[in-house]
Parts: sequence; C-alpha cells; structure tokens
Amino acid sequence: MTKTGKVFDHAATILLVSGAIIMMIPLYWVVVMAIRPRSEIFDMAASAWPSRVIPDGFTTLFANYPVWDWIWNTSFIAVVCAVFTVFFNLMAGYAFAKLHFWGRDVLFIILLSTIMIPIQVILVPEFFVIKWMHLLNSPWGVILPRCAEAFGIFMARQFMLSIPNELLEAARLDGCSEFQIFRKIVLPLSGPLIAVLVVFSIVWRWNDFSWPLVVLTEQKNFMLQQGMNLIKGDPNPNWNTVMALALVALVPMIALFAACQRFFVQGIAGSGLK
Amino acid sequence: MNATQRATTMAVPGTPADKQGQPAQSMITSHRRRASFDAIPYLFVAPQILLFSVFMFFPLGYAAFLSLNSWDPFEAPRFVAGRNYVHLVSDPVFWYALKNTLVYVVGTVPLSIGLGLLLAIGLNRGMRFQRVLRSLYFLPVVVSGVVTALAAIWIFNDNYGLLNRLFQAVGLPRINWNSNPQWAMTSLIITTVWLRSGFCMIIYLAALQGIPKMLYEAAVIDGANRFQQFRSVTWPLLGAATLLLTIMNVIYSFHVFDLIFVMTGGGPGYSTTVLVQYIYNQAFTNGDMGYACAVAMALFVLILAFTIVQWLMSRRSELNG
Repeated sequence: MTKTGKVFDHAATILLVSGAIIMMIPLYWVVVMAIRPRSEIFDMAASAWPSRVIPDGFTTLFANYPVWDWIWNTSFIAVVCAVFTVFFNLMAGYAFAKLHFWGRDVLFIILLSTIMIPIQVILVPEFFVIKWMHLLNSPWGVILPRCAEAFGIFMARQFMLSIPNELLEAARLDGCSEFQIFRKIVLPLSGPLIAVLVVFSIVWRWNDFSWPLVVLTEQKNFMLQQGMNLIKGDPNPNWNTVMALALVALVPMIALFAACQRFFVQGIAGSGLK
Repeated sequence: MNATQRATTMAVPGTPADKQGQPAQSMITSHRRRASFDAIPYLFVAPQILLFSVFMFFPLGYAAFLSLNSWDPFEAPRFVAGRNYVHLVSDPVFWYALKNTLVYVVGTVPLSIGLGLLLAIGLNRGMRFQRVLRSLYFLPVVVSGVVTALAAIWIFNDNYGLLNRLFQAVGLPRINWNSNPQWAMTSLIITTVWLRSGFCMIIYLAALQGIPKMLYEAAVIDGANRFQQFRSVTWPLLGAATLLLTIMNVIYSFHVFDLIFVMTGGGPGYSTTVLVQYIYNQAFTNGDMGYACAVAMALFVLILAFTIVQWLMSRRSELNG
C-alpha cells in the first residue's frame, strides 16, 4: 500500500472510532439525565459527568405512575402481536411463494404496496372501526390493525421461494395435505426467518407510539412510549423521571438487540437484496 | 405444478414419480372440474386478506368518503361534497406541512444513505474492533422515536442543550435550535440521520460483501486508484442496494410521526409540522375528522405518485441491468 493510502486508512479509522463515540452520546445523555441530581439538569456549569448518582428518577416514576401496568401492556401487545403477525405472514408467504391460485400475483402486489401507506392516512376511519368493535382502550385495538403487516409477508415469500419444490412434491406424493406440508416441512425449515420476523415485530410494536396514542386513552392502559410522552407533557416535567422511564423502555430492547444481533443483520440484509 | 396436476397426484398416492403421467391421464378429465377451483391456497392467505380488508382497504375507502363530509365537533356529520378540498387548497398550514414533508424527505434520505455508505465502506476494510463499531452504529435500529426525541431535546435545547453547552465552552456562538425554524428542521434532520444511518450501513455492508474480490484485483492491475475503483466497481454494483434504501428511507420519512411529535411538537409555529402530524392534529386536537381525511387523501395521492415513479425507476433499472 502506498504511503498516502496508509495515512488515509489511519484517518478513516480515527474518524470511525470518534463517530461511534458521537453516536453513543445521545444514549449516554439519557442515562446521565436519569441518574444525576435534578439541580444539575438546568445548570450550565454542570459537567458531562453526574456529580453523584441518585435513584430519585426511578422511585418517583414507580411511585407516581402505573409503570408496571405499562410494562405489562407493552409486553403483552408486543408478544401477542408478534405471534399472530408472524404466523399469518408465514401462511400467506407460503401461499404466495409456493401455491398457485387465481389472482395470486396481483393480490401480492396490492398487499405489498400498502407498505407505502402511513397509518395517519387511515387514522380517522381506523379509529371508527376500532370504536365500532368496542376495542378502544383494549390491547386488541392496538394488536389487530397491526397484524395487517405487509413487510412480513414479503420477507416470508422471499425466504420460502428458496425452499426446493422437490421437497414439497415428495410430501404431496406421500399424501400430505397442504396444511401438513406447511406444518411439518415449511415451518421447520423457516427457523431463521421466524426468528427474524419475531424479533422485528416485537421491536416495532414495543416502540410503537402513533397508533396506541389514538386507541389507548386511559392512563392505566398506556404503553411505555405513551408514558414517556405523558410525563414529558407535564407543565413542569421531572426529567429524572422521564429519562428513567426511557431507560425502562430502552434496556429490554438493547438486551434483545445484543442477544439477537445476528438475526437483525441477517434479516435486514436479506430483506430484498435478492 | 398447477392445481390440476396436484389433484391428480393426490388421487394416486404411491404412483412412482417417473410414471406419474400415464395412469393419471384418465383422471385429469374426471378431476378437472373439481380441481379448477382449489380453495386451499385461499385459506392460507385468508387471515391476512381479512385483516387487510378490515384494517386497511375498508378504512382507505371510508377515508375517501369521510373527506367529503363536514365533521366539526359542534355539528352532526353531513355531506359537503368538495368543501374540505376547497378549504385544503386555500389552507396555508397544509401547504406549509407539505413543504416541510418534502424538505424533510429531501434532507434525510440522501444524508442517511450517504453516511450509511461511508460507514459501510469504512467498516468493511478489516480493521480492529470492526464488529464492535458496526454494532454501535447499528444500535439505534432498536431505539424508539420517542426515546430518540427525548435525548434530542436535551442535545438541541437552546439554553441547556448539550450542543450549546459545547459551543459555549469552545467560544462559538449558540444556535437557536428551538426558536429558529430552519435550525429546528436541521436538528430534526440530524436526529433522523442518527437514527437511520446504521440501518443503511448494514444494507450496504451486505451488498459490499457480495462484490467479488477479483473485480478489484482486475481494477488494480488496470492501474485504477481507490477513487476510480469506487466509481467503476463499487458504486455500480451497489445500485440495487441504493434503490432499495432510497425506497425504504422515503417511506420512512413520509411516515415519521413520533420523533417530530415528541421532539418539536411541529414547532416553532408550524415550521416542523409534517403532513402526518397535521392529520393527527386536525382529527384529534381540532376534532375536524372530515378535514383530517381530506389532508390524508392528499398525502395518499402524494405517496401514490411517488410509488409509481419509484416503480418506473426500478423497472428501468431492471431493464438496464
């Protein structure tokens, strides 16, 4: 390598390392604001390092707000929604990839194109649909509309196209019904896909804000993201508490990220480059 | 394999595959009638079709209908034909929100993708700590818009924000991130790029790893320097990834609600109000459901137009590739 090339390489390394540190500053700041004495938050002379650690943010949070309810609501909605969404996605993905039926490709394109539509386009009518179903303030009011998820259908179809037809043929010759083939052959082969879809769905639903904001209006029914908005919306918000809740919401997702990073990368990388 | 063939093979289980055609011949005719409509594939797609019909297609049509109705909080809903749309055309806030949406899209998409590309190239050279650095850049993928907004509030706050503290410490003038419309939009774009460039990086990394090494070796033999290698090998072969990222980022930028709602609330004034937030405000703050649906229809048409353009583009690139 030439000399300028080496200099260039070192400069790039330094830039990348400092960039990564800069990337972490916002998250570091959330942690600092959750644990530093309240007086330091509005003190321009305070250092970037908290002078001491106080647990007030967390104690106020759990004493004044139904945080356990929020944690339960968020977990319930994220997990149940992920299970339903992914199961239905897999079924539809299998049909679109491997079965033949009239209108298949048109139907697939129509479903896929709904990815483009933000929920706000149908916010008002969707609200009425949920109201007519008496699902306002119910977790199911959040779960059901979010199960109509085109991204997962797309991913499932892409993945299942690569399952060899011979395998399915053999099962058909053995007298398996399509449902048996799906359950005994397709699902066991789709392990990586299922992991990717479940992890993605959980993260999306856990972090969801705009739709729960409309459906869940009573405080005890809130999800965690709404809780942050609630405390932050106080005329004189206690930022220790807001950031403590941000950590409560963030830490499980970071743990999930650390545990399933491989799936994230696979999932994103495989999401449409083939 | 089509439905007719399947019905045939199901009818004669145990038929050896190589002889499959012969004994089944007579059965094709007898089964054709039943096999011409095979309900089973439809059962597989039924749950999603049902959910999409109830929670996507019906609401879309109903939104179009509601946009023709007046739905003020103090009067009963009634049909007013195009009145909401007449209002829309003359509503300066709508045009402002439309402009902001486009500025936000144009501001965030190239920056996120460009930074993602630089990171991917930088972290694909086999340096030390490469995996750790990739993870750190990628981490914001699991951070919610609300948490990002809360952090950003305290980075860009005019008086107590981290950036202005820093500027003051090194003797630079403070920036009015909150009170100046342009700077408010800038802070929003910076925050979005923070949230999204790691995602772009991962897509590009996957694409980079698919480029055969020998292409670079050939380029080096031809005397190409690094920049020339990038221009004539890397960039053209990343075309598919760039197109995918453009589509995904534009979708995402049109959708962003939580980040803006919590970080700036659309302010100062309406300077960071985008269409999705204007719809929410009209429907649930002003209670004007009909007008909210008219704005929603305008956004829908905008997105439809974009989808068609993007479809034409991807078709053209397929034809060229």
